[in-house]
Amino acid sequence: MQRIRIVYAKGRELMFTGNLDMQKVWERTFRRAGLELAYSQGFHPQPRIHQACPLPVGFTSQFELLDFWLNTNGTLQEIEAKLQPALQPGITILHMREVPLSENSLQTQVVAAKYVVFFDFKVNKQQVENRLNRLRSSEACIRTRRGKEYDLLPLIKSISFINGPHPYLEMILSATAGATGRPEEVLDELGIDYTDTSIVRTDLVLSE
Amino acid sequence: MNENTEIARKLKKILPAVQKPGRYVGGELNQVKKDWESVATHIALVFPDIYDIGLPNLGIMILYEQINQRQDALCERTYVPWLDMETAMRRAGIPLYSLESFKPLAEFDIVGFTLPYETLYTNVLNALDLANIPLHSAQRADAHPIILAGGHATFNPEPMAPFFDVFVIGEGEEVIHEVIDCVQKSKASGATRAETIQSLSRIAGIYVPALYEPQYHADGTFKELKPVFENAPLSIRKRICSSLPLPPTRFLVPSIDVVHNRVALEIMRGCTRGCRFCHAGIVTRPVRERSVPDILNALDTALKHTGYEEIALLSLSSSDYTHIQQLVEAIVDRFSGRNLTISLPSLRIESFSVDLMEKLKGVRQGGFTLAPEAASDKMRNIINKLIQMEKLLSTAREIYSRGWQSIKLYFMIGQPGETIEDVQAIADICKQVIAEGRKAIGKRANLHAGVSTFVPKPHTPFQWASLDSLPVVLEKQNLLKDQLRGPGMKMTWSNPRETILEAALSRGDRNLAKVIEAAWRGGAKFDAWQDQFNYNVWMDAFDAQLIDPEFYTSRPRDLEEVFPWDHIHTGVSKRYLKNEFLKSKEGQLTSDCREGCHGCGILTEFSDLRQKAPADRWLCPERT
Ligand code: SF4
Repeated sequence: MQRIRIVYAKGRELMFTGNLDMQKVWERTFRRAGLELAYSQGFHPQPRIHQACPLPVGFTSQFELLDFWLNTNGTLQEIEAKLQPALQPGITILHMREVPLSENSLQTQVVAAKYVVFFDFKVNKQQVENRLNRLRSSEACIRTRRGKEYDLLPLIKSISFINGPHPYLEMILSATAGATGRPEEVLDELGIDYTDTSIVRTDLVLSE
Repeated sequence: MNENTEIARKLKKILPAVQKPGRYVGGELNQVKKDWESVATHIALVFPDIYDIGLPNLGIMILYEQINQRQDALCERTYVPWLDMETAMRRAGIPLYSLESFKPLAEFDIVGFTLPYETLYTNVLNALDLANIPLHSAQRADAHPIILAGGHATFNPEPMAPFFDVFVIGEGEEVIHEVIDCVQKSKASGATRAETIQSLSRIAGIYVPALYEPQYHADGTFKELKPVFENAPLSIRKRICSSLPLPPTRFLVPSIDVVHNRVALEIMRGCTRGCRFCHAGIVTRPVRERSVPDILNALDTALKHTGYEEIALLSLSSSDYTHIQQLVEAIVDRFSGRNLTISLPSLRIESFSVDLMEKLKGVRQGGFTLAPEAASDKMRNIINKLIQMEKLLSTAREIYSRGWQSIKLYFMIGQPGETIEDVQAIADICKQVIAEGRKAIGKRANLHAGVSTFVPKPHTPFQWASLDSLPVVLEKQNLLKDQLRGPGMKMTWSNPRETILEAALSRGDRNLAKVIEAAWRGGAKFDAWQDQFNYNVWMDAFDAQLIDPEFYTSRPRDLEEVFPWDHIHTGVSKRYLKNEFLKSKEGQLTSDCREGCHGCGILTEFSDLRQKAPADRWLCPERT
């Protein structure tokens, strides 16, 4: 058996494909590629494909992680050659490597995610800067989401506004179980309607 | 999603707020996207329900592949938006658009709807309206696309006649190319819309309703369809392929979950059983089979192209496929060990079916479905479905004891001549079946009775029959609801008011078009959805047009009555249907015509095509 990690980009075609559906998309990709996935034990055996961290629906990504287990052993080149023609539109493989079977699950390794936000409109730079400063200097930022109150501030690891001809926001948000920051929430706090933006995940930070 | 069209830009803003936005962006695996300017003819196919239901539709899949194989044409698709998306689209001024190029439907040359059942009619009007295309054929200008329809419901095209320019009757695989060729030629010659439509009417199997005017008797019954254009053909014979063409293998694989995520393959078309209520059994005659190697090759290719984990082998009666055992064994041989689910619906009620299913059953084990339709001897003689109840019980026993925990049985109430005793017999047999289950596997045994209500369909022996009145249907349903409960028992039934609508539309005439339009204007859409169907809106629409639905549903029809659909020919003669209807009244059975031809008309009508096909592909025996 071997365990392989893929870094891939998720494009516009798959913007509205959620986590559960992505699992199926990958499962079928492996079937098309003729790669024999290992199955979990138990009453309802499931193919062993583990995604690192769900990408919220509506975003694209330059950095998604996925581990899969194969029953057979092949070289990375062989495996990639089979996968390439079988990919669902919207997926681009960026990198592949073999990881030890014993390594912790990807999900438990993710600590933070990095997002870049582009604006579909001419953004008022001064206003964004001001709000950012206010957010940075506050003690807490209590918000309600799905009826629950929480503090957004500790979930923001870093945030910066990059000025230029095409200004954008860059933020690193916590992404652990029970403490996941959402970019739309940050944007809302900055007075920006997220439907007027394009949000791209650009990195996942794993624990050491 | 193609960023560059105005529609795509507007969509970006509204999609985050609607349910399941993945329905509206296309981009599936195996989607065919051609350069718009590179082809002469642009065709949009519409399934008039939401993406989740329409995407797996086999008819669309077949034509999509057929058309896109041509160099000179492109075929794109669309489905209708769910309510929230429709509101958002109307507010943002987004017309109905195709999922490949994000082009408005109005920019295509041909827009083709598939109409497998009648409860999609209001969605057609809604789709046309959303596409900014005038509802009525007569109101359309030269620049508008040709609006056509095909599918099983179009064997009675009259209720929808004013809304379509052209109906394609029967199998579409060959005729669609003739339609495209004709439209291309017309366009090149600078023909007007009316001229194009007239030349389309010269293609066999094409019905152009505007070329005729229906005439009625004083009592409202149908008199004749009067041609108002001199060359209009007096009867339209359905198209069939002499041999089934290669099945589609590049199935669209969506990136979101839809109702069927599978490779669907027709192992044969047509049915020789002759159940008297069955519309599909008549309109798809004659039986034509695909060969075992053809099926295996197609499955192999389709699995490679899709990666699907499920295969459905489709036919109206799988057990009747000549080489069914060989096929099942070959499939198991070739595909076992791949964690595939294989479904084989419409099996005969006999232990051999359990053997077949046992071979196919993989890790994922569903229920076992059988369709006895009726439970009393009297009824099975009337409907011509030969099933001994002892056989049902022994088959059920075997199913439960060989590892299935649940059985689904389909019944149909309301068939001609049915009394409350016949309905009681359904309840009784269900109780006996679950008792068998308990004996075999105890409390784990489940029975699901799916009880539909008979709707008399055009072109069947029961086209003369009356629909049961609402109180009678309710009484029969209540009897069953009362008795089919308790541990392990489940019953589902059809909404009797929806049945009334389906029945009226099924045997309707052109006058019903006004009612359909009024109902749609009153807010009717998604009539096939339990939670959307609005009976009152429909009854108001009938009232407003001074039309009594009972005229179409329960009115007894005279044996000599001319029907509004008589000009559409399935190849089965009206004389044969009438004889079958009379036999049903006598409780006389008609055998499966593989054992001997009953002269239904198919062989005479299509003798030329019969000769073209390899001798063993048609299941109509050679006539002596
Ligand atoms: S022509 Fe004869 S064999 Fe063929 S479908 Fe009709 S009755 Fe059956």
